[in-house]
Amino acid sequence: MGWVSGNLPLIGNLTLQHLYFALPPIVIGLVLAIPIGWLANRTRVGRTITINVAGLLYTIPSLALFVLLPPLLGTRILDPVNVIIALTVYTVALLVRTVADALSAVPQLVVNSATAMGYGPLRRFVAVELPLSVPVVVAGLRVAAVSSISLVTVGAVIGFGGLGQMFTDGFQRGIPAEIVTGIVLVLLLALVVDGLLLLVGRLLTPWDRVGRSAGRPA
Amino acid sequence: MIEFRGVTKRFPDGTVAVDNLELQVRDGGITVFVGPSGCGKTTSLRMVNRMIDPSSGTIMVNDTDVMKTDAAQLRRGIGYVIQQAGLFPHRTIVDNVATVPLLLGWSKKRARDRAMELMETVGLTPEMARRYPGQLSGGQQQRVGVARALAADPPVLLMDEPFSAVDPIVRESLQDELLKLQADLGKTILFVTHDIDEAVKLGDRVAVFRVGGRLAQYDEPGVLLARPADDFVDSFVGRDRGYRGLSFRSSEQLPLHELCTVRSGERTERGWSLFLDADGRPLGWHHDRAGGGTADGGDLVPGGSLYDARAGSLRSALDAALSSPSGQGVAVDGDGRAVGAVAADDVLEALAAHRRAEAA
Repeated sequence: MGWVSGNLPLIGNLTLQHLYFALPPIVIGLVLAIPIGWLANRTRVGRTITINVAGLLYTIPSLALFVLLPPLLGTRILDPVNVIIALTVYTVALLVRTVADALSAVPQLVVNSATAMGYGPLRRFVAVELPLSVPVVVAGLRVAAVSSISLVTVGAVIGFGGLGQMFTDGFQRGIPAEIVTGIVLVLLLALVVDGLLLLVGRLLTPWDRVGRSAGRPA
Repeated sequence: MIEFRGVTKRFPDGTVAVDNLELQVRDGGITVFVGPSGCGKTTSLRMVNRMIDPSSGTIMVNDTDVMKTDAAQLRRGIGYVIQQAGLFPHRTIVDNVATVPLLLGWSKKRARDRAMELMETVGLTPEMARRYPGQLSGGQQQRVGVARALAADPPVLLMDEPFSAVDPIVRESLQDELLKLQADLGKTILFVTHDIDEAVKLGDRVAVFRVGGRLAQYDEPGVLLARPADDFVDSFVGRDRGYRGLSFRSSEQLPLHELCTVRSGERTERGWSLFLDADGRPLGWHHDRAGGGTADGGDLVPGGSLYDARAGSLRSALDAALSSPSGQGVAVDGDGRAVGAVAADDVLEALAAHRRAEAA
């Protein structure tokens, strides 16, 4: 505990930095994944291609992506944008499939009934299909968020900072307390963000907890 | 008015769902499309609000070719009740009902007020307004579906097998309520079902479709039962059509006979007497083997169905006679008081009179 109390400002800074790297990709990734997932759902071929490309993107090792992006984007090697873009790519890769699945799980009966009431395609998407896909999308978003928070630590290896820096520094200087503190804080961050997403999901879907579902014979 | 002019629907795989349909839907009545699955009845209905576009031919709604309108605008002006209600699970009941008014740009308050009004019209209590569809039974969901379709007061209502997913008892009460509602509203309703009994019960006019999307017969239900156009309609209309056809024959000229009745404490005659309560409503039949007994309301034989002497049909008169233990059908007035007896022979004689009149 001695190490922790002596390094509170550092710990605070690294935590904030970690959030700065981890959170924007979750939001940007979600915003990008929704239209891509919608497009993917339009045709069977589109869906197969999109989902396979997304799966492929996710298999690129994160360290490799951090190193590959600067020459591709023309950014400096330690520009935070590199981390944010790399993690956005992973979030999109994870969420595209979720969004496509969530949208295709909206009962066709409900979609047809919205059309028959006089909804145009865009309005129907925003007012009916999107809200109904929230439970599945939030479940996927929780996985993506935790993954993003954990992947930021890899950036520390090439000097990006964040809580991962406590692993590299603690390892190089032989301070186990620093490593353990880093692990505990990453876990805590992941738990808090996961809990918040769960809460937001529940607030958005009061209808999802009322028992039998509509749109099917009761 | 809705008019189909030479309408054909051919799907990309080559199936012809509707084949050169020529049909006019009468204003202010219920027109039922009925037929086996694959007969094109649902496709025909869905072409009216452009859920499906025809391959050729024209569909006119109120003298406008539907293909020349904006599909979303057109649909907001036509009520639609879908199979299994198709409510929005994420919206409360009141917001489900307010859907079309809100799409038409009404203020939220006006749309909700209108929705509450319609919930009452279809027999839903105000406390259901804040619930979600998942909390309602199938029958209640279907009422919400009807209220939603009526919300913007469209002149035309399309109903696509609306009652097929509810149990038979609920279905019957929903049918009765639709007829009551229609008596008040006088909408032009196009109703699709695969159930010929539902078609005959609800329809002012019934269009029977055969597989391949061809119209087999388009007539009033009584005519359909009495004179099916061909063997297909005959077999589709089903068993007992002669008996069921009596539903559409007026019993106006049916003679009423005197009824032997008895009240509590009175002496009975030999044979059957109808036991009445203090107000003259039948409670059951009393049988006295020897004559000279006293009626006390015990040992009553349950009566058969009752025949409403003012509003009944030949079918209900005949059923009353056939189901009565004494062979005398009990005719009642609007308040349920026994007013006389009907005999099966008279029903057959009345039917014969009807036929003579038609032949002349």
